[in-house]
Amino acid sequence: MRLQQTDSVEAPIASRLAPTGGGQFSYELYVKKDCPTCQLAEPAFLTLHDRFGERLRVYSQDDPGFPSSISSTIDDTALEHSFRNHIEIVPTLIRRGGGQPDALIYGWDKTQWQDFTGIAELGADLPAFRPGCGSKTHDPGVHEQLQLRFGQSKLKARHLLVDDEEDLMEACYDRGWTDGLPVVPPTPLRVLKMLNATDRAADEIIGIVPPDRVPCSIEKVAINAVMAGCRPEYFPVVLATVEAALMDAFCMHGLLCTTYFSSPVVIVNGPVAKLIGMNSGINALGQGNRANATIGRALQLLIRNVGGGKPGGIDRATLGNPGKYTFCFSEDESEPTWNSLAMDQGFSRGDSVVNLFAGDGVQPISDQRSRTPESLIGSIALSLRSVCHNKLFLTADALLILCHEHRRIFMEAGWSKQDVRTALFDALRTPGAEIVRGAGGIAEGMPESMREKMVNKFRDNGLHILCAGGRAGFFSAIVSGWAASGERGSQLVSTKVRDT
Amino acid sequence: MSDKITLLDPTSELQPPERALLPRLQSLQGKTVGLLDISKPRGREFLDEVEKQLLALGLDIKVNRYSKPTFTRVAPVALNQQISVECDAVIEGLAD
Repeated sequence: MRLQQTDSVEAPIASRLAPTGGGQFSYELYVKKDCPTCQLAEPAFLTLHDRFGERLRVYSQDDPGFPSSISSTIDDTALEHSFRNHIEIVPTLIRRGGGQPDALIYGWDKTQWQDFTGIAELGADLPAFRPGCGSKTHDPGVHEQLQLRFGQSKLKARHLLVDDEEDLMEACYDRGWTDGLPVVPPTPLRVLKMLNATDRAADEIIGIVPPDRVPCSIEKVAINAVMAGCRPEYFPVVLATVEAALMDAFCMHGLLCTTYFSSPVVIVNGPVAKLIGMNSGINALGQGNRANATIGRALQLLIRNVGGGKPGGIDRATLGNPGKYTFCFSEDESEPTWNSLAMDQGFSRGDSVVNLFAGDGVQPISDQRSRTPESLIGSIALSLRSVCHNKLFLTADALLILCHEHRRIFMEAGWSKQDVRTALFDALRTPGAEIVRGAGGIAEGMPESMREKMVNKFRDNGLHILCAGGRAGFFSAIVSGWAASGERGSQLVSTKVRDT
Repeated sequence: MSDKITLLDPTSELQPPERALLPRLQSLQGKTVGLLDISKPRGREFLDEVEKQLLALGLDIKVNRYSKPTFTRVAPVALNQQISVECDAVIEGLAD
């Protein structure tokens, strides 16, 4: 049972302590030599030892010879007793029995220790107060090791044993777990650290993963996040990414099976992007940022390993695209008057949100001459027309990723994002006669029934505008969507990140 | 003696944990079969007999012969690559 204690070493609370009664108490004292407060209070520990005799057990976390004045100190350098009793600070004194609830104090507060033990002269020559030190059970990386060694394991995944002479990277390759790049071997310690980054239970089923339609636990997500190279603090974002991918509107199953290029593109909005150090600036769509690189990869590995979606198997892409390794970035939200992608989806600026779009590679829009919104709209519209195919309209959605320089031209002219979107829709409306099958001597195109109509390039809600990239360069980007965009296929989906 | 390192299975656990074999050929009709002599004594005679029986199947099988420089070491990468490019299947003579 975890005893109540505060998080602060500075302020032990005496008021919650049970009063000493007439019953017989036993005591446990947890100390470490590498703690100035423990060393300072050693005379008081000796007094306790003399007074309580065998009713006091002293556990030393780092040196069984400390306190040197007490010969019966118990060696707890393995930290088992400290871990099982949830010791967070040394010195800690636990009191049990006496017909009272168990209670504890920690640090050194002379009056408190005197009241707690009923020894009025305890530590009379010592200072009134000294804060304690952190328990060795909470040294960096130690707690998870103790959880594995002494705790009740929450790791239910199949354990595979590999000879330590075998190269672990190769072992992962050999088992078909990788996307072609090396993965971080998913050891229990690494997976436990990942799982500890969320309050969600390891065995909670986050959803059904296509294409094999397999129930997927939080633990399986953690294993794949480890392999992708995620740090534990990315895990809430990974979980939100997986939740978004499993939304029916995203159509992950069809997206995986298609012969088309598309694959999940992950865009992160809100405070969490900065918290975990994502890149929305220079080279935002490129390499070099660990969070960007690994969060997108974690989703891809999960689909491969849990869902069973492998190239040449269910994944039937004719060419695929490099984003199928990973395609993840955060949006530049530095302009407070410009709505983010998440805000377009109905969220607030302060929300941390993961958006998923079924997209392809990056198509540049290089326009270094336009200085008016009108010129730039025409320029961007020309490029957007080639999404999927110049003669295929209402087929694929698209992301328009405005660079800072291009967005500045719109903002300085007082244009909102909605103004940009409306102007692009207008600029892209095209006479059907230009794009029907056979027009221009090209067989591909829209049905003949559209010949007499003005046709929109994108369906309503089919063009998503966001901002990313460095401050220099008149280079925006298009990420074309799946040729089965919309309700018949995949729609952009968004979900809040929990646990932040 | 080696110790073991534990890895947690990232898959759906629908498949056995052992490494899967590559898909087996459904037929040897028109296939190229490599016979790999690991250079142990009398391996050649054994593989001669295997070749004779393969050709007797009447399945338009082409047989390629290969040999490792020495049975004491794993096959050179170049030999593995050559066999994988030139053959649909390989039979390795392991015993003397």
